[in-house]
Amino acid sequence: MSTEAQDLEKLTGGEYKYGFVTDIETDTVPKGLDEDVIRLISKKKNEPEWLLEWRLKAFRVWQKMKEPTWAYVDYPEIDYQDISYYSAPKVKERPKSLDEVDPELLATYEKLGIPLKEQEMLAGVAVDAVFDSVSVATTFKEKLQDMGIIFCSFSEAVQEHPELVKKYLGSVVPPADNFFAALNSAVFTDGSFVYIPSGVRCPMELSTYFRINTLGTGQFERTLIVAEDSSYVSYLEGCTAPMRDENQLHAAVVELVALDNAEIKYSTVQNWYPGDKEGKGGIYNFVTKRGKCAGVNSKISWTQVETGSAITWKYPSCILLGDNSVGEFYSVAVTNNRQQADTGTKMIHIGKNTRSTIVSKGISAGRSQNVYRGLVKIMKNADGARNFSQCDSMLMGDKCGAHTFPYIENNNSTAQMEHEATTSKIGEDQIFYCNQRGIDTEDAVNMIVNGFCKEVFRELPMEFAVEAQKLLGISLEGSVG
Amino acid sequence: MLEIRNLHAEVEGKEILKGVNLKVEAGEIHAIMGPNGSGKSTLAGVLAGRELYEITEGEVIYKGRNLLDLSPEERACEGMFLAFQYPVEIPGVSNTYFLKAALNAIRKYHGLEELDAVDFLALVKEKMQLVEMKPELLNRPVNEGFSGGEKKRNEILQMAVLNPTLSVLDETDSGLDIDALRIVANGVNKLHSPENATIVVTHYQRLLNYIVPDRVHVLVDGRIVKSGDKDLAFHLEEQGYDWARDLHEPVENES
Repeated sequence: MSTEAQDLEKLTGGEYKYGFVTDIETDTVPKGLDEDVIRLISKKKNEPEWLLEWRLKAFRVWQKMKEPTWAYVDYPEIDYQDISYYSAPKVKERPKSLDEVDPELLATYEKLGIPLKEQEMLAGVAVDAVFDSVSVATTFKEKLQDMGIIFCSFSEAVQEHPELVKKYLGSVVPPADNFFAALNSAVFTDGSFVYIPSGVRCPMELSTYFRINTLGTGQFERTLIVAEDSSYVSYLEGCTAPMRDENQLHAAVVELVALDNAEIKYSTVQNWYPGDKEGKGGIYNFVTKRGKCAGVNSKISWTQVETGSAITWKYPSCILLGDNSVGEFYSVAVTNNRQQADTGTKMIHIGKNTRSTIVSKGISAGRSQNVYRGLVKIMKNADGARNFSQCDSMLMGDKCGAHTFPYIENNNSTAQMEHEATTSKIGEDQIFYCNQRGIDTEDAVNMIVNGFCKEVFRELPMEFAVEAQKLLGISLEGSVG
Repeated sequence: MLEIRNLHAEVEGKEILKGVNLKVEAGEIHAIMGPNGSGKSTLAGVLAGRELYEITEGEVIYKGRNLLDLSPEERACEGMFLAFQYPVEIPGVSNTYFLKAALNAIRKYHGLEELDAVDFLALVKEKMQLVEMKPELLNRPVNEGFSGGEKKRNEILQMAVLNPTLSVLDETDSGLDIDALRIVANGVNKLHSPENATIVVTHYQRLLNYIVPDRVHVLVDGRIVKSGDKDLAFHLEEQGYDWARDLHEPVENES
């Protein structure tokens, strides 16, 4: 084995830092899924009848659906009856302030590097932390409330703003959309809800931190963000999970709605446990994320940095309905060891003069497989629609794979589309050049990879960009090809 | 400072260097000339630690240590600098960032504190004048979209900032017009001091009009076949390398 191959081994051998388990009493529903379990979840959450019906309808649809097999991923059959669909930390009552939150739980967040209290005081980031399935504490709520902004857990929104939830839930991702969305619709337990009223610019980044803790549970969260006319919000989502030998399922749904002149920026840093070097354990991240630019001049921007999960199946998309609306997708997906990622986006141009930009950077190391899969669809009436797509792949070592499947459907002759794609191996020449200037291989790889991802990182909010760069370093420590 | 003894090196089983001997002292400038394929770039690559080459025999003593035991980055930190024939592009990484990372890596190696952004920028601005480089090139990605001349100037800028003890310039004159050649050569001359040494690897004599060597060595087929003073370069220019090829007996370099 050459030195570089050894370096690669060393680099890609970076250990998962967030693999601790929090010892907390949880209220967990026995494994298995039928209508009674759904009724139980709905009852535990004290939901209105219409929502229960909505869930049951989704469940019935799901039962008739087949798990999709078109993705370029490979995993053993999932036994959906062997999963517990609800797990909540046991508390007597909902905490009224952070002081009432279980200290163990707060300590967990500290370990994750998001001390809620500190953030509350210093960072100006409002955090809605989802621990397993129930939102534990929501900070900064009052301040936001004064501006008419609603930022709360999904369960809370169901109780306090049922009319909004009812109006928008499933309006972007209908329950029957796909297998995992249907499953989520039936069993979702919590998530975040954001509502920005007309003309309001949300003054801080809103942030949710997801973490899967309990053994053998799935996390099915649901996020709904509605931005009224001329409003703006930037939303951050970070994810980690403890190390477990068995796989855990994460099937989330995120829906965004942007009305006239509204803008939503949604950033994700996903660092779920990827499994060990042989591919044992890790999260199955099967997520449906979609935004609807419903209003004229509206804009939805997805930025994602995906370094974790055993399998990622995720296509944050934009439906560009309003005239002059804009959709963006900036993505860095890193796979290492036995990880598999099939990710990309869909841009559906319906309105006139709609524009979309896709920048995807895939980095594969180890024995991983990294797929970009994207669809750009221009509908008949989308006069003057424009799309620019750029998909770059970088390979480290010779046992990994990078694949690009760009689909284009154009039904309007005035549309303009550009597609650029490159695949490169991380250059020995580049590394040697850095070495010759005194920079060691690990730092060199870090520098080169970060340079490769720069166009995406610069779309991230500052503090997230720093975290993303560090994560990239950890995920690829020492990788050379 | 540097002593190469009976150095043999091969690439994929093919022997390129067949017993090179060379001695360079502090304060000296040596030129290594030779026809294409004679092993000039291989010699430069071996000194810098490029992995491509396998050393089969011989040793290289640099500042009293066996150079071949050191990793490429250790060699760099020990003051060994290679100006690349084909400087490498690193997309997305700004020239400033790269240079700062390099300088601080070397400082760290010597137990020095890292330079902060302000001091660093002041240093770079000063050194940029040496090579008459456009300031905007600092913020562009390393060598990306640089013209041939800009890339070579950038190499000399790096050399100026990193302040090496032994610099090896690999075909630095290739692809340069006469003005760029003069600027690059001026930079190198200004950086030369009694404490450091420079090895200029080149095919043509013309660079040596600007960088005047103390010794000239002719490398043919993996061996130094003749050494002399700067006049040897003129002689070569007139006679061509065929003349050197006819020198059957390799001569030991005595300087």
